[in-house]
Amino acid sequence: MKESPLREPLLIGEKSYAIITADITAPIRQKPHKLWFAGITLSSLLAGIGVFAMSLTVWQGTGLWGINRTIGWGWAITNLVWWIGIGHAGTFISAILLLFRQKWRTSINRSAEAMTIFAVMCAGIFPLIHMGRLPLAHYILPYPNTRGVWVNFNSPLLWDVVAISTYLLVSVLFWYMGMIPDLATLRDRVKNKYLQPLYKFLSLGWTGSARHWSRHESMSLVLAGLAAPLVLSVHSIVSFDFATSVIPGWHTTIFPPYFVAGAIFSGFAMVLTLMLIARKAMNLEDYITIGHVESMNKIIIAMGSIVGIAYITELFMAWYSGSIYERFVFYNRAMGPYAWAYWIMMSCNVLWPQLLWFRRLRRSLVFTFILSIFINVGMWFERFVIVVTSLHRDFLPSSWSMYSPTPIEIAIFTGSLGIFFTLFLLFIRFFPVIAIAEVKGILKTSYAGYPKNDQLQ
Amino acid sequence: MPATQKMTSFNNTTMTQATYIKAYYRDADALKRGLEHLKANGVEILDVLTPFPVHGLDRILGYRRSWIGRVGFIAGAVGAITGFYFQTWIFTKSYPLNIGGKPFLSVPSFVPVTFELSVLFAAFAMVIAFLIRSKLSPGQAPIIHNERITDDLFMVLAGAGVNPTEATLADLIGFFKDSGAEGILVKDDLNTAKNY
Repeated sequence: MKESPLREPLLIGEKSYAIITADITAPIRQKPHKLWFAGITLSSLLAGIGVFAMSLTVWQGTGLWGINRTIGWGWAITNLVWWIGIGHAGTFISAILLLFRQKWRTSINRSAEAMTIFAVMCAGIFPLIHMGRLPLAHYILPYPNTRGVWVNFNSPLLWDVVAISTYLLVSVLFWYMGMIPDLATLRDRVKNKYLQPLYKFLSLGWTGSARHWSRHESMSLVLAGLAAPLVLSVHSIVSFDFATSVIPGWHTTIFPPYFVAGAIFSGFAMVLTLMLIARKAMNLEDYITIGHVESMNKIIIAMGSIVGIAYITELFMAWYSGSIYERFVFYNRAMGPYAWAYWIMMSCNVLWPQLLWFRRLRRSLVFTFILSIFINVGMWFERFVIVVTSLHRDFLPSSWSMYSPTPIEIAIFTGSLGIFFTLFLLFIRFFPVIAIAEVKGILKTSYAGYPKNDQLQ
Repeated sequence: MPATQKMTSFNNTTMTQATYIKAYYRDADALKRGLEHLKANGVEILDVLTPFPVHGLDRILGYRRSWIGRVGFIAGAVGAITGFYFQTWIFTKSYPLNIGGKPFLSVPSFVPVTFELSVLFAAFAMVIAFLIRSKLSPGQAPIIHNERITDDLFMVLAGAGVNPTEATLADLIGFFKDSGAEGILVKDDLNTAKNY
């Protein structure tokens, strides 16, 4: 009897529960590939240079950067917003797609959550070093102090501190709680005398009891319900940093939804970049299939189109508002000295992703990989355009200025990439990169090779 | 099995020795069908260990819905009240700051922090409640009945009562055999009960 496949299988190849465990724990049980060592050497080198540049900045001050009195935020805040945006895909995938019962998330949620945590960590670096006086960083926290002052709860910068810290903590909880059953699997399978006790410690004594699973499922669902509005709130609050100011180009009500869509857009692009490498390098092609890539590409085109509409709405409103300052800022963005950045942003974020309407391109790994890099670049330039071009020609032409980064700033940015990739490479080496228990849960419904009439026999 | 050796260390406890049956299933559906059968025959099921969450087990085993959502709700409410009260107290009592003539009690600008704190409180409370209720903590040494339970085996732990007669035991094993269990183990080792 022929069955018409309603949905593409999410698992391919010869699979059973034991094979799934063996496949996903293989990178942990085996010696890593040479490429892994090459990757971690390169990324930790970049991270080392970055940390050196950060230390120089803390020691000597932000005078080492290209920022000036007109453009006070520069690359640091561009990078902050870019990293925070990337950090949105993980929780979007695990929380919002869980609530929507999207089964394809099971193969990518674990690594996307890890990516989220590392990206938010990288993001956190930038405002801290941008303060200039790192030892006084605790002044941003509301605690009773001998100075007799409190933080300003009317300031979006303070909301940002609270939102990003909450997001980091809740993401870590969500990630770790979801990983406990898989850590128990590792405890029972990894024989390494150093790693086994580590997994035993981290798995908190998980046995797989039905009562525990029942509670674990309830908790995950409610945590997802909490994390979903949290994701939306975090980038909205980041956008308030701009939107509540009175700078033309920043002072717009469209910012919160536009930033959230952009964040999910760039986050998915980064997930795709990482996953396309990981599935190849770690032989996970059976778990992260072309179908998964296509699903992610569909979200990318949806979010990319929202971002495109937001860009056009901004342009329209600048003209329609009748405000000469607003009009000038947008004319200056598209035609001024930073027009190159604006057009990189427009082409990478609006134009090229539209090619994903073609099914063949959505399912092409090479195209997807190149496009994901383009989107990463384009979204970085979006933040650059917002942060720099809105400021560089302000109300007073005598204070107009240009900005370009110094090597120190570039080293800090590449250093943050280094820190991110180092952490990610360590993660894929020592932790289950795919949620083993969750994938086993979809084996029956979403596996091509599973006999459908099993129950009748 | 050192079960009998161990029993000697519990002097005079043989009279109150409880017996347990461990049965293994190869598949989630087989496990569910087996459990229905065992339940129908009144077998006392102590625990079911599975490598992944099997949907429908709660219903078969008669577990009530977890209260963890309510814990989250209460903690979230506490977080919201804390966040809102804290900001209000600071801006109206402790440190009223005139910022461009804006009101001291500006409710809209207190919303973000209030929201974030309620999510933070709820998330931590639920995780802590989950760990306490499930008795999970770092450095635990749980009894691992079989290393393959976290891989591909489904296990049912059933109680056979205190000092069961050969006949009742044979009956019970019969139920397990009919339920489709692939491996059945009878243990009089008290340690197996430690999982509780």
